[in-house]
Amino acid sequence: MSLVRAVGVRKSFGHTEVLRGVDLTVDAGQVVCLLGPSGAGKSTFLRCVNHLETIDAGRIWVDGQAVGFTTRGGKLFELREREVARQRRGIGMVFQRFNLFPHRTAVENVAEGPVHVLRTSRKQALEEARALLDRVGLADKAGSYPHQLSGGQQQRVAIARALAMRPKLMLFDEPTSALDPELVGEVLDVMVDLARDGMTMIVVTHEVGFARQVADSVVFMVDGAVVEAGVPEQVLDNPRQQRTQQFLAKVL
Amino acid sequence: MDSDTAQGGTEGDLAKGDTAQDELVVVPLRHWGRWVGGAVILGVLGALGWALADAKIDYAAVPGFFTHDIMLRGLVNTVVLALAAQAGAIVLGVVIALLRRSANPVARWFAAGYVWLFRGLPVLLQILLWFNLALVFENISVFGLFEEKTNVLVTAFVAALLGLGLNESAYMAEIVRAGLNSVDHGQVEAAKAIGMTPATTLRRVVLPQAMRVIIPPTGNNFINMLKGTSMASVIGFLELIHAANNIASRNLQIMETLLAAAAWYMVVVSVASVGQHFLERYYGRGVAR
Repeated sequence: MSLVRAVGVRKSFGHTEVLRGVDLTVDAGQVVCLLGPSGAGKSTFLRCVNHLETIDAGRIWVDGQAVGFTTRGGKLFELREREVARQRRGIGMVFQRFNLFPHRTAVENVAEGPVHVLRTSRKQALEEARALLDRVGLADKAGSYPHQLSGGQQQRVAIARALAMRPKLMLFDEPTSALDPELVGEVLDVMVDLARDGMTMIVVTHEVGFARQVADSVVFMVDGAVVEAGVPEQVLDNPRQQRTQQFLAKVL
Repeated sequence: MDSDTAQGGTEGDLAKGDTAQDELVVVPLRHWGRWVGGAVILGVLGALGWALADAKIDYAAVPGFFTHDIMLRGLVNTVVLALAAQAGAIVLGVVIALLRRSANPVARWFAAGYVWLFRGLPVLLQILLWFNLALVFENISVFGLFEEKTNVLVTAFVAALLGLGLNESAYMAEIVRAGLNSVDHGQVEAAKAIGMTPATTLRRVVLPQAMRVIIPPTGNNFINMLKGTSMASVIGFLELIHAANNIASRNLQIMETLLAAAAWYMVVVSVASVGQHFLERYYGRGVAR
């Protein structure tokens, strides 16, 4: 049973067509890595999956629900923003620039969603937040404000914040691209653990090593379309398409 | 190239240690200009103080006016009017700022017009317009549910509150708008990504961060508001200036009563400045300095 099913997704910004009919299927428990040159539409596609961007054509289904719509009497009705918010609860997202709430401590960042979206009691949410910080190796940083943390630590708090909503799907938008090289490892380690625990993940990344290690499927995108997709051994080691070969020659 | 080598050679010789050089004494730069400038300022201040001490002012009477019953009533009225007008202006300002950012073009247009109108007219004129409302509307009625004579409803306090508050709300709308715009869009996306509704996002994520930008100009405006209440004296509202005039009308000690009022303004403004400092510190948390 596929958890995410995207069919013919199209998206334009003004006159620029960023996505030209993207099809993608992700099964529950799978890790899918989106690779490709910048401007290929990887991040835009990821943002469409939790409706941070609206799509112009096609459909995206997450857990049987059309993202941004509700099905009634054979028709899709566009959802209000607060109803979209309800859909997004089940989809965690990690951003390139972390986007932690600067006015709240690490543990408050993690507890924010449970308390103010899920209406969990503050005490219980803080307890769970501490456990999640422990899971990403930051138990001792609970009381720190984001600006007191390194980029790698901030990104791990951001992952904990997303996990606090108990998502069934996690989206990673170039989670290590804004990090100093020596901090990339600590974030990837957390993501590897998460993958091992069976989390369904879609990861936009330039980390080919990570893709090789944990991806069940690697999707290579160019110019708003999927050029090649398959298991890492095939796409990364024996790419059939010339564009894939050219790209891998540059990044490897 | 040749000259370079020659120069290098000379420097090498100098560095090699000439005992006379090691014993040179340092003479600090004398800032004569600062001494002259400081002396001029102190001289002017001294002359001013001497003139004031010699002026025909009965300083001994000022403390009495400072704590005079009427003056204290004026003080309370000034503070209450300023607080009420500012509070109303903040609430209205947030609403207008949100309308200005609305997806609805009619709402945006309305908000822009509101700011244009209430920021464009002098406060004194607005106070006078409200105070004389009875000349054009004899009664005020709300869909027949409520009806009252305008004269009864729009007292001097209400007219001053409307004039000062609405004018200030236009400025507050611009301040709040600037504050909301200052918050990184990534913050809104992060809030959306954890399933926050737009209202919760505004309350928990955007406004608290916008406050850092909103507080300093608001504190500035509140100090202006405290002083602006003096315009309500024109329509007979008993604030500090009116109180001073009231007392002076009996004893003709105009300067002495005005000085007592001036002292109160300085006290109230100082308290407001201290409050602003603590608010800024609270909303500045989580920001690297």
